[in-house]
Amino acid sequence: MFAIETVALEKTYTVGFWRKATRQALKPLTLSIPEHEVFGFLGPNGAGKTTTLKLLMGLIYPTGGSAKIRGMDVQDPRVKAQIGYSPEQPYFYDYLTAHELLRYYAQLSQVPAREQEKRVSGVLERVGLRDIGKLQLRKFSKGMLQRVSIAQAIIHNPPLVFLDEPMSGLDPMGRREVRDLIQALKEEGKTIFFSTHILSDAETLCDRVAVVNKGELKGVGAIADLNTRGTGETEVLWEGTGEIQGFRALGEPHRSAEFWRVLVPDDKVYAAIDLVRQNHGRLISVTPLRETLEDYFFEKLNSKEVQP
Amino acid sequence: MIARVRSIAFNTFREAVRDRVLYNLIVFALLLIGSALVFGQISIGIEKIVLINLGLTAISIFGVVIAIFIGIGLVAKEIDKKTLYTVLTRPVRRWEFVLGKFAGLIGTLAVNAGLMALGFFGALWLEQRKFVRSDANLLTALYFILLEFVIVTAVALLFSSFSTPLFSTIFSFALFAVGTFGDDLRGFAASSHGAAKAVITLAAYLVPDLSSFNVISLVAHNQPIMPRLIALNTGYAFFYSALVLAGAILIFDRRNLK
Amino acid sequence: MHRRKVLIVCLVVLAAAFGGSIWTSTELSAMHDQLALQEVLYLPSVKTVKAMSLGYTGLMADVYWTRVVQYYGRKHLEKSVAYKLLPPLLDITTTLDPHLDIAYEFGAFFLSQKPPQGAGAPDEAIALVKKGIAQNPDHWRLYYDLGFVYWMEKKDFRDAAEAFASGAKLPGSKPWMTTMAGAMAQGADDLGMARTLWNDVLKETKDPLIRNNAAQRLQCIDSDEAVMALQKRVDAFKEHFGRNPGNMRELVDVGLLRGIPLDPVGNPYGINAYGEVVVKDQSKLPFITKGLPHGEEATVLYNKFVSAAEEKKQKEEEEKKKHEEQKSSGPGTRPTDQK
Repeated sequence: MFAIETVALEKTYTVGFWRKATRQALKPLTLSIPEHEVFGFLGPNGAGKTTTLKLLMGLIYPTGGSAKIRGMDVQDPRVKAQIGYSPEQPYFYDYLTAHELLRYYAQLSQVPAREQEKRVSGVLERVGLRDIGKLQLRKFSKGMLQRVSIAQAIIHNPPLVFLDEPMSGLDPMGRREVRDLIQALKEEGKTIFFSTHILSDAETLCDRVAVVNKGELKGVGAIADLNTRGTGETEVLWEGTGEIQGFRALGEPHRSAEFWRVLVPDDKVYAAIDLVRQNHGRLISVTPLRETLEDYFFEKLNSKEVQP
Repeated sequence: MIARVRSIAFNTFREAVRDRVLYNLIVFALLLIGSALVFGQISIGIEKIVLINLGLTAISIFGVVIAIFIGIGLVAKEIDKKTLYTVLTRPVRRWEFVLGKFAGLIGTLAVNAGLMALGFFGALWLEQRKFVRSDANLLTALYFILLEFVIVTAVALLFSSFSTPLFSTIFSFALFAVGTFGDDLRGFAASSHGAAKAVITLAAYLVPDLSSFNVISLVAHNQPIMPRLIALNTGYAFFYSALVLAGAILIFDRRNLK
Repeated sequence: MHRRKVLIVCLVVLAAAFGGSIWTSTELSAMHDQLALQEVLYLPSVKTVKAMSLGYTGLMADVYWTRVVQYYGRKHLEKSVAYKLLPPLLDITTTLDPHLDIAYEFGAFFLSQKPPQGAGAPDEAIALVKKGIAQNPDHWRLYYDLGFVYWMEKKDFRDAAEAFASGAKLPGSKPWMTTMAGAMAQGADDLGMARTLWNDVLKETKDPLIRNNAAQRLQCIDSDEAVMALQKRVDAFKEHFGRNPGNMRELVDVGLLRGIPLDPVGNPYGINAYGEVVVKDQSKLPFITKGLPHGEEATVLYNKFVSAAEEKKQKEEEEKKKHEEQKSSGPGTRPTDQK
């Protein structure tokens, strides 16, 4: 049984005053996400990421296809006990404190009464909001709200966590903390589905990613696979020499600041190293280039075919 | 199920009670009641009548204003600002959410009316230095005003379930205004003919008939209220609120939350 | 599925609650009458109502006009003998909107007529219409309404004639108003004149209650005329056979009638023990002056005569008093206002 499974999940809105025109926010989407996976949902703004998430959360209803979480249809109320959700641009009750809010949410999520207090303080600590005391939520900064949002998503310890742009509004420190938190959740064995448009975060955290654009799924791939796909080139950096003649055959060396840089095909690496040594240069680094997520992303973004 | 509704109700109450707007309106109402003591001095012999008329009318009007603003603020605004996303993705049914909000709002209004009533009876005490038996009728009048609040709140919830905060507020006030002339609307329906009659009659029954709840002038003249009226008004408030809430739940349940 | 369940429950509750609200609401409307009675003393003064309308006097006037119609309709249905709230309601309505002619006309008819057809307060009716004339001096119809009240209920032919004459001068008035003025001045009081006037009301007015009233009046006139014609035949029978006919059947048998005659509401005319033609159900023809039970016709005529005579006497005494005051105050005093 998959953690999350969609079959031709589709959402079309009727727009305009007379409701005649249609806008397809999400084209038929078929995805299967196994348990314990960290799945990244990538795409530019307006690609359909939030639509997909809302469909999975039961906040909007599909106009076609189906979606299941742990084998149950997403409309089934039993599903809600198994999931945690952090929305994009979270906003909470102005006049409550974070503590009261989380207590309330714990209650609604049926966390046993005697455990609620413990969980609340525990989760606040985890998201780095230990000392906010009696501050009302309306006084929270965007970053603080983001942390509260994640806190409420995990307070009832659900096996699946859904995060919509969890890093938005955070400074680099905050992003680091959230990244670490997601990593920790992953280690706890949770299944994590998160959408973002920041590729570096996805690259670090995800097992697999999907690329969507204009409501359509463009491609799904495993990060590990990307890492093993080489571009076929290696970058060599050295210093302490003048221009070395012999490199022409291997590649074009360029000088930047104090060192030289050249890209040579993988099989010519040792020849390049020898050349540098022969010229009494000092090697700085030898780095095989791998395809980055960014390359994959842009490749898939505008591709015509939909890849499985 | 009940626990969740209760939980939502309590949270709604808490949120409402901390909103400063509520207090400003209550203070204003109390000021108005106090001013009634002054107005009464203008003409000998009718001080108490003026106090009751002005006082109860102030409670009624301000209460409705509060009911609508808080009702909209706590529901339409919540939908608009997406606060409720994180509530609905918990094991909470949409209908539990609506009922919980309603219960919380009613609780808030009851407390609110209670505070204003205290101010009112305080003013009454200042006026006549004692309470007489007929003053018990004032409690009935206040009870009817509270029933009015219940209906208005339900209406505000209905509009919140599909409309923006601004329009929900406008529609709620409009329906309240028309509802005060509910009796005349029925009369108008009775004297019309043909197709217009059917349409107007239907409208007359859909609009809340608030005319039976206003017994302020009766009570000001020490007239007792018939028990049958109390029973019928309670029944009407119950049925009409149930009608409106069922509609609200129906709409809200089917709604795509943008 | 869960959502299907919610849908069904909601629809059921909706239907049940709607039914319940309609039921309680209807019961409450019925209670309004009792409440209205209690509120007799608490109808706000005209000034208060004007203040409460916050400037929207036109709308308030319409609201109160609706209440006038409702109030009259409800009371009429109950065959009430008192329309206590009608004068103040009309007063409020016409103060809020002085140009609401239909209200003046309504008052003219339904304030003046005797209960249960009206409030039986012709003086208040006159006051109301005069108020209307003061606010709308060129609306010929109001003079007509005034003349009507004077003639119909007060039997004051002089004032009626004056009203008709004043109205006849205005643009848009009917040409026969001048003739009417003349006829009235002569003191004419017959069924033909009444028929003309009520026919005109029926033709000119759109208000359903007033039209109804006029139609009823015409029916009663038809009945009166029929009774008079029938009475002639009954008298002919008496002369011929030396006794009163027992019933209409006998008249048919001897060929004086072709069939049993029916009155305008469908009941057959009868003959009482005194040989007088009688109308079967007087309540359905409330304005008849003929065919009433024995002795009552005399009462009606007597009342008419008495009230007319009494008024005449009252006026004569007033004139005498004025005359004497003038005399006693001596020459050189300011002349009093002439009527």
